[in-house]
Amino acid sequence: MPHDHHDHDAHPHSLLPSDPALRVKALETILTRKGLVDPAALDAIIDTYENRIGPKNGADVVARAWSDKSFRQELLADATATVRELGYYGRQGEHIVAVENTPETHNMVVCTLCSCYPWPLLGIPPAWYKSDGYRARAVREPRRVLSEFGVVLPEETGVRVWDSTAEVRYLVIPMRPQGSEGMDRAALARLVTRNSMIGTGLAKAPS
Amino acid sequence: MTRAHDMGGRFGYGAIRPEGEDEPLWHEPWHDRAMALTLAAGALGQWNIDMSRHARECLSVPDYSTFSYYEKWIAALADLLVETSVLTRDDLTGEGSEGRHALSYSVLTAEKVPAALAKGSPSDRPSFGSLDFAPGQEVRVRPHPENTHVEGGHTRLPAYAAGARGRILRYHGNHVLPDTSAHGLGDQAEPLYAVVFSASELWQMPEHPNDEVVLDLWQSYLEPA
Repeated sequence: MPHDHHDHDAHPHSLLPSDPALRVKALETILTRKGLVDPAALDAIIDTYENRIGPKNGADVVARAWSDKSFRQELLADATATVRELGYYGRQGEHIVAVENTPETHNMVVCTLCSCYPWPLLGIPPAWYKSDGYRARAVREPRRVLSEFGVVLPEETGVRVWDSTAEVRYLVIPMRPQGSEGMDRAALARLVTRNSMIGTGLAKAPS
Repeated sequence: MTRAHDMGGRFGYGAIRPEGEDEPLWHEPWHDRAMALTLAAGALGQWNIDMSRHARECLSVPDYSTFSYYEKWIAALADLLVETSVLTRDDLTGEGSEGRHALSYSVLTAEKVPAALAKGSPSDRPSFGSLDFAPGQEVRVRPHPENTHVEGGHTRLPAYAAGARGRILRYHGNHVLPDTSAHGLGDQAEPLYAVVFSASELWQMPEHPNDEVVLDLWQSYLEPA
């Protein structure tokens, strides 16, 4: 690709304003004027990820896994088909694998090469997930990273870090907290935090 | 392409600053616009996800390391639009031609957004080739984390796993190979496996002997151990 051979100064993006806010505005204006972008579509995309698709989807899946044995088995066997039936499918969630935390294994997800994340289940990734530090350190020193999230695991628990290097997206099923027996699914879902489904947190204890 | 993006295991970063669960998704008023513009332009169908990742990886090292996340997205988008001849350099400086673009018939309209986002783009493909490995089998990652189809090209093999010995954990099906797909050389789909590595195989001083790292790796990234 010609792109590979451009030196720094020749990158086309350098022709746009350097201030990022102005740069985005300029590109949107150029594309809109040519009929290549519909500003109302941009509003609709933003609204989707701000208001419709987010961690509440994943929390619903986890609460079902906690409260329904056969759902849990189906989820662990074929998460893509199982969550699709609930309507959780789409961009950046075409291939889902659910991994379950146990007293023996704590799962944690990262993408060291970019910032792959299960959008239909968790929405847009938080800034720390996309940070250079998390991408660099999660695979080499996961326990130190976890401690920065306030999570300290028992010595006998092994950490398994999933580096999302392909199009498979991972959902962590956190351990069901003690004291949650008898709670209904909606109440259980409220115990499931976004970070607990990435593996950098634990589910909340019932208050 | 540089390897500035290949960050796994790199030293020199400070503590993570976790955000609260309720913090806003976007921290600047233009972040959401940059995200949406990238998705809407992608819907024109002129490139695939591997090409867009490659475009971000082709940013210069100074740009990659100083640009914020969405600045990388928007810079790579501008580069891709020119590289695929959707826009000209003159368009970016405001000296391009006026009028509607030939591709404007395929513009993503607001009504089409829900269906477009819900549709996704699965990367699995029917399998015709051989399935060389099975769960439980020991494998070794090839020693050089480079694209073997295009010199200096895109690959999803992180350097920290190169040469490491691991075990096949699961078979994900047959998936598009980014090393060719990013360069317009077709899907060339291959078996994709989750491969588990002991932390002590990857790092000189692992934090704990029981810790493991799992990577999704294509068959041609692997050799029998």
